[in-house]
Amino acid sequence: MRHRPARVAILAALAVLVVAIAASAATARPEQSVTLTISNWDAYTPEDLIPRFEKATGIKVKLAKHTTNEDIMGKLEAQNGGGYDIVFVSGPFAEALRKRGWAARLDHKKIPNLKNLYPGASKLAYDRGNRYSVPYTWGTTGLCWRSDLTRQPKSWWDLLRPAPALRGKITMLATDRWLMLPALKVLGYSINTTNPAHLKRAAALLEEAKKNLLAYDDTTFYSKLVSGEAHLVQAWDGWCNYGIAENPKIKFVVPKEGSDVWVDTMVVLAKSKNLDAAHKFLNFVLRPDSGKSVTELVLYKTPNEVAMRSVKKALAKQFPNLAIPPKKLLTYETERDLGKAQPLWSRTVSEIVG
Amino acid sequence: MRSRGGELSLGALFVGTLAFLYLPIAVLVGLSFNESGLPTAWGGFSTRWYGELVRDEEIKDAALATLVVALGATTLSVLLGTPLAFGLDRLRSRTLDGLVFVPMIIPDIVYAIAFLSAFNLVFTQKLGQQLGLWSVVLAHATFGIAFVAIVVATRLAHFDHSTVEASLDLGASELRTFLEVTLPQIAPGVIAGALIVFTLSVDEFVIAFFTAGIEVTLPIKIYSMVRFGVTPVVNALAAVVLGVSIVLVLAAMRLRGREEAA
Amino acid sequence: MRRGRVGSAALVSPALLWWAGLLVLPVGLVLAYSFFERGVYGGVVYDWTLDNYRRAWDPLYLGVLGFSVRVALESTVVSLLIGFPVALFIATRPARWRTVLLVLVILPFWTSLLIRTYAWIVILNDEGIANRALRELGLVEGSVRLLYNEFAIVVGMVSTYLPLMILPIYAALERLGPELVEAAADLGANAWKRLWTVLVPLTLPGIAAGCIFVFVPSLGNFIIPDLLGGGRRQMVGTLVQSQFLEARDWPFGATLAVSLIAMLLALVLMQAWLGKRSSREEAVTRAV
Repeated sequence: MRHRPARVAILAALAVLVVAIAASAATARPEQSVTLTISNWDAYTPEDLIPRFEKATGIKVKLAKHTTNEDIMGKLEAQNGGGYDIVFVSGPFAEALRKRGWAARLDHKKIPNLKNLYPGASKLAYDRGNRYSVPYTWGTTGLCWRSDLTRQPKSWWDLLRPAPALRGKITMLATDRWLMLPALKVLGYSINTTNPAHLKRAAALLEEAKKNLLAYDDTTFYSKLVSGEAHLVQAWDGWCNYGIAENPKIKFVVPKEGSDVWVDTMVVLAKSKNLDAAHKFLNFVLRPDSGKSVTELVLYKTPNEVAMRSVKKALAKQFPNLAIPPKKLLTYETERDLGKAQPLWSRTVSEIVG
Repeated sequence: MRSRGGELSLGALFVGTLAFLYLPIAVLVGLSFNESGLPTAWGGFSTRWYGELVRDEEIKDAALATLVVALGATTLSVLLGTPLAFGLDRLRSRTLDGLVFVPMIIPDIVYAIAFLSAFNLVFTQKLGQQLGLWSVVLAHATFGIAFVAIVVATRLAHFDHSTVEASLDLGASELRTFLEVTLPQIAPGVIAGALIVFTLSVDEFVIAFFTAGIEVTLPIKIYSMVRFGVTPVVNALAAVVLGVSIVLVLAAMRLRGREEAA
Repeated sequence: MRRGRVGSAALVSPALLWWAGLLVLPVGLVLAYSFFERGVYGGVVYDWTLDNYRRAWDPLYLGVLGFSVRVALESTVVSLLIGFPVALFIATRPARWRTVLLVLVILPFWTSLLIRTYAWIVILNDEGIANRALRELGLVEGSVRLLYNEFAIVVGMVSTYLPLMILPIYAALERLGPELVEAAADLGANAWKRLWTVLVPLTLPGIAAGCIFVFVPSLGNFIIPDLLGGGRRQMVGTLVQSQFLEARDWPFGATLAVSLIAMLLALVLMQAWLGKRSSREEAVTRAV
């Protein structure tokens, strides 16, 4: 502020007063002292995201890390759906949180950046209209392989009934939904099937496939490709990129039978006492620059159309999965909570693995 | 007459066992100095992973949390387990003696789940509390009490009760008798018990994994690092942990040596 | 005793109260959950049922149990075969060496269990140190599968639980006194016979304790089958864990947990009974 010298003293005194009042009012405003407790997967938050959010909003973030969906669901179960403001979980788990009454109904007026999403990202079956969850990343499941050690796989059959040279050089995903996926796809069944006959036929195929497996692996399959222990692995697209980053001879392909569209989402918990701040966080993550850093640093696709347009072209060349068009992705089915059929699914998985 | 052959084969087996036990550790220490970071290729000598270890705030926080938990659990275990041992020694009840061993046969995964169920019902729903390092302390102490009680009770079995009688007869107060007569005699048992609880707590993973809140302990951090792939920082960490335990063991042995000499 | 029962009760009650709240109540809750139903989206519905126990009595889960018992037994036997001679070797050294040797054996167990398990992955994998050494020596072409199988699981268990076998046996041997141990360890012509007829019976309580200490945690361990077994076989611990977390089926997970505790309890009671009988026999022998 600039004022005439004669009044400087008075105005300065006034200014000090005003600033003091404003400061005290500011600290009295709830957001200034608010701390959001958020849990995301380990190594899934771009390093600059939280500091930028804190700087932009003055809201503090305590970031916890979970290893799996199951892990964070167990914690929520133990704390009756509390203990966090926002949790990152995959689509079917967001659905389960809603059905348990643990997810807060989102106020779209407070998340204007929802408009940045691809239209299709608001129509996903586990939560149509994003009423209880906002998608963070999405992608599909396919085959990740060493182009210098084996020929290009085309079908899920290449995983289930591998060529003799590939025996013992294959890994499959360990979590029930994705462990069952290849068999359900080749049989033409829904990945959300609750039909016992379907599960039985899929299990028979998978039991046979297990004989040729090196291991079930959800987390280190890409390093097995890099070391050469495995030549062909079932993988989530984004995670295959970690292998590609270390060895460009590693490639990713979606088998011809199709696959799933998995979505990792952000859910605000109904018990949160910081609903306003939580909405601000969701809105901040949906900003184009945030989405861009998610894709560029974590190497996952985000359902944020504006952000994806700004991602460096060279990156999509290095990691071709980033170029899979959403239209193509959305032709696949997305995972739903299995509800009453979950025990049957678990038993089926035990039958295969046990 | 001693048989050389038998002696030799026993010795060979001992050396073989040492090799089996130290091989994993030697491998990790070796790899921790590997520039390339991949376990498959030697990229030259380097200390860069130690540098990264030192700069890793999350590991530092986890190490601190681990110490807090272990100290808390050890203190509680000693405070509750020592009197328990005295009581058991006096009551001589078979049922109670047996009960002390119950915590040890419950598989950790089962206890972790059981703890969570009770936590939800009591601490979350009735008291509005959330999981945190303190819940890990509670869970670890539940086992720790048993270890302290058992070790101290063994010590008490060889305890000379007449010294206590003598002290009291000579007019010393109960407190003074406890501090000056009883405590020095059982102290090695209490210290041994405390050391066991501390060591177990520092390395305990399963229960901590389930009962920790937002802050994590070192084993949880290591689990996540190991699961998410080959990270050479884990090797450096292993070497450091081994170094620290060697120093601690040497210190403990020296202390014991001095105590015995005195 | 100067102070009476009241004083003793005051001594034991803090610990017992602690256990009432943090051991009996939680385990009791698990027992209670095993008689309720799973909610459609997880959680517990308080409708009383015996269905969970019917589900648990399934050849599939009995098979998982059978495999776990087999792995735990293998780990126990291997630990005993290594642990007994090692304990004997240490116990027959001069007194000043014993502590040093004991520390040497125990020290590795002071580094993180998870890190050592991870080290076995580095050593045993197809492109790992063991396989490359075998190839260098010209013993194999290609690679031998050492990881992600039962062998790797047992290696992991033994390298985790071995001290729990060595320590009680060592304690039992040391109690025998140096001459007896030396005499028996003097492995001459009748070495095996003497080992069987003298040392083993005298150290039986230590051996039994060691076996329990290794068997019980091996049975419930789910980290080692996951990391070293490559998730290719389920063990009871994995199963319990996956029911609680993956299936969000707390009642059924509780049922499996209760069955596991019941089994282990029976085992320990049996051991206690055997121990008591053997000490009674000992007393009789002495009296004669």
